[in-house]
Amino acid sequence: MKLWSMLRPEFWDHEDVAAGPYKHLFNFRRMWKSAVFLTAVVALAPLVFMTVVDYNVNQQAIESDISYQTARLVSNTRRSVSFFLSERKSALNFIDKDNTDAALSDPLRLTALLDNLKKGFGGFTDLGVIDHKGLQHSYVGPYNLAGINYSDQEWFKDLVSSGAHVSEVFLGFRQQPHLVVAVKHVLPDGNFYILRASIDTQKFNDLLAEVEISGQGDIFLVTREGVLQTPSRFFGNALDRLPLEVPAFAEKTRVMETDLQAEPLVIGYAFIQETPFVLMAVKKKAALMKPWNETRKKLIIFLAISITVILLVVLGVATFLVNQIFADDHKRVMALHQVEYANKMASLGRLSAGIAHEINNPLAIINEKAGLIKDLFTLGRQFAEDSKLLGLVDAILYSVERCGAITRRLLNFARHMDVRPRVLDVGKVVQEVLGFLGKEAEFRSIDVSVQADPDVPQIESDPGRLQEIFLNLINNALAAMADGGRLAITARRSDDGFICVTVADTGCGIPEAIMHRIFEPFFSTKTASGGTGLGLSITYGLIQEIGGNIRVKSEVGKGTEFSVFLPLKMPPLRKVKNESAAG
Amino acid sequence: MRVLLVDDELELVTTLAERLELRGIAAEWATSAEEALRRVETNTFDIAVLDVKIPKVDGLELKKRLQEKCPGMKFIFVTGHGSARDFETGASEVGADYYLVKPLNIENLIAKIKEALQR
Repeated sequence: MKLWSMLRPEFWDHEDVAAGPYKHLFNFRRMWKSAVFLTAVVALAPLVFMTVVDYNVNQQAIESDISYQTARLVSNTRRSVSFFLSERKSALNFIDKDNTDAALSDPLRLTALLDNLKKGFGGFTDLGVIDHKGLQHSYVGPYNLAGINYSDQEWFKDLVSSGAHVSEVFLGFRQQPHLVVAVKHVLPDGNFYILRASIDTQKFNDLLAEVEISGQGDIFLVTREGVLQTPSRFFGNALDRLPLEVPAFAEKTRVMETDLQAEPLVIGYAFIQETPFVLMAVKKKAALMKPWNETRKKLIIFLAISITVILLVVLGVATFLVNQIFADDHKRVMALHQVEYANKMASLGRLSAGIAHEINNPLAIINEKAGLIKDLFTLGRQFAEDSKLLGLVDAILYSVERCGAITRRLLNFARHMDVRPRVLDVGKVVQEVLGFLGKEAEFRSIDVSVQADPDVPQIESDPGRLQEIFLNLINNALAAMADGGRLAITARRSDDGFICVTVADTGCGIPEAIMHRIFEPFFSTKTASGGTGLGLSITYGLIQEIGGNIRVKSEVGKGTEFSVFLPLKMPPLRKVKNESAAG
Repeated sequence: MRVLLVDDELELVTTLAERLELRGIAAEWATSAEEALRRVETNTFDIAVLDVKIPKVDGLELKKRLQEKCPGMKFIFVTGHGSARDFETGASEVGADYYLVKPLNIENLIAKIKEALQR
C-alpha cells in the first residue's frame, strides 16, 4: 500500500470540485485503464501468438527429427543385419554350387570348407550336410551332431518348401546361443540335400553393439513372438522375454511412440525379410527432448522478460500521456476560471459604475443642501458663532466628500479612458509615488528601498495608471506591515520582453484561503479600518488595461510580493471593455 | 456676471443657484433644455453650467443650441456619471479643466467659472 501511494499518479483520485459547471472532460482513470489494456493487448497478442506458433513448430520439428533419425538408424541397421545374413546364405550357396555332392560328403573337404568360411567370413561354428530324409550324414564342428535326424523339425519342413532358412537364436546342446542358416540343393533326380551352418550370435551382437544410438537408446533383435535375440541394454539378455509388445508386421521401417512404466519411449522397428527377426530401436523420449527442453526454457524466459518489459513500457507511457492530458485539462479548467473571473470583474465594474451614479446624484443634492445651510450660517452671520451647528454641517460635508471619493474611485474602476501613452521611466514613477507615501514610511521607521537594474529600458505607458497601480500596491504593503518593516521595490527585465516591478513587504502575508479573492472588488480584510476593498481590484483592472499582468506570492507571517509585468509598449486601449466582455 | 444652471435635479439647481446668489453671483436655473433655451430668450448669461446628462436633449446638444443663440457664452460641464464616453466628449468640447464631477465643491466651481470667463 505504501508503494502504491508512492506510485499513484496525480489523476488517479482526482475529482475536480472547483471546476463547477466546467467539469473535466475526461475520466482519467478509465482513460488510463483502456489505454493500458488496448496497448498491452496490441503489443502482447502478436508476441504470445508468435511464441506459441514458434513453440509448436519447434517441438514438431524436433519430434519429426527424432522420428526420422530413428527410422534411418533402424533402416540402416536392418540393412546391415540383412546383409550379414544374406552374405552367409550366399557363402553357403557358393559352397553348395562349388562342390559336388560327393565332395560335401567328404569330412576332410567339409573341414577345409568350414576353415575357409571361418577365415573368410567369420561367425561360422559348424557345417553339416542333411539329406532329403532329414538325416545329417556329414558334420564338422565342435558339437557331435552327425547322424541326427531333423525330418520332424519345423525349420526342416519350412526349408523344404522355401529353399533357404534362417533360424531363431537358440541355446542348442552346449547352452551357447546361436542360429542356423541352411540352403537347399536340388539334385537332378529330384532329390535334395541341405547344407546347414551354425552361426555364433556373438558376431550379431558385435554388429548391433557398434551401432551408435542417441537418447540413451537400445537396439536389439527380437522374434515376432517377443523373445530377445540379442542382448538389450534395457530388457535383459538374449532369449529373455521382451516386456514390450512386438508391433504388427510392416514391410517398411516404422517409428511409434509408447509408454513403458510411465516412461515415454520412441520405438523404431523393421521386420527383416526371410528371417524371424524384428529389429527394434528403443529410445527414451525424455533424453531425446532434453536439448529441446533447454530451448523451451529459454523461449519461456524470453517471453516472460518481453512481457514484463512491454507491460512496464505500456504502463509508463500510458501514465505519462494521461498525466499530460490531465495537466492540460487542468490548465483548461484554470483558463475557464480565469475567464469566469474576468467576466465577474467586468460585471462588477459595471455594477459599481451604476451604483456610483445612482448614489452620486443624491449625494450632490446633500452636498448642496448642506453647503447652503453652511452658507446661510456663515454668510448670514446669524449662527456664525454656533460652533456646534457648524461642526454638524462640516461633518455632513466631510462625509459627502468621503462618499464622493468612493464613488469617484468606483467610477474610475469602470472607466476606460483614452490616454496618450508616454515614454517614461518606471523607476521615476515609483519615486513619484513614494513622494506621497515616503513620509508615512519614515514616520513608522519602515525601511524603503528602490532598486532598478541598469538595463531596464524606458517604456511607453500611461503614467496616470502606473501611478495609481503603484500607489495602491505600496499603500497595501505599508498597511500590511507593522512599524519597522522593510519594503523593497525592484525593477528588472523579465525574460518575455516585459518589465517586472516587484513590490515586496515583510508584512502579515495573505492566507491561502483568500488568495483567489484578493482582486475582487469589495473584498477587504481592512473593512474595520476603513478599507473599501477596491484597491487591488482597481489595480488589477488598470494593469490589464495597459497590457500587463500581476502575480502574487505570499507567505503568512513572512510577507507578500506583488510582481507587476509591464509591456515595453502599451497596447492600444480596448474601449469599453466591460460592456463587450459582459456581452 | 450671470450664470445659467441646467440640471434635471430641481433640488440641486435651486440650492446651487441660491448658494451662488449668496456669494453675489447672479444665477438662474432650468431643469430641462427647453426651459434653458426659453431663459436665454429673455435674459443674457455670461456662462452656462450644464449637466452632461439631461433628459431628451443632452448637455452637448444643448450647448450647441445655446451657442447659436448667444455666441459669446462660456460653458462648464458637470457630470454625476464618470463614464469614459461622457468624459471624452465633454472634455473635448470644453477642455478637461472645465469638466467637473459631482458632488461639486462650490469654491472650486466659482473658481472655474471665473477662470472660464477670463479666457
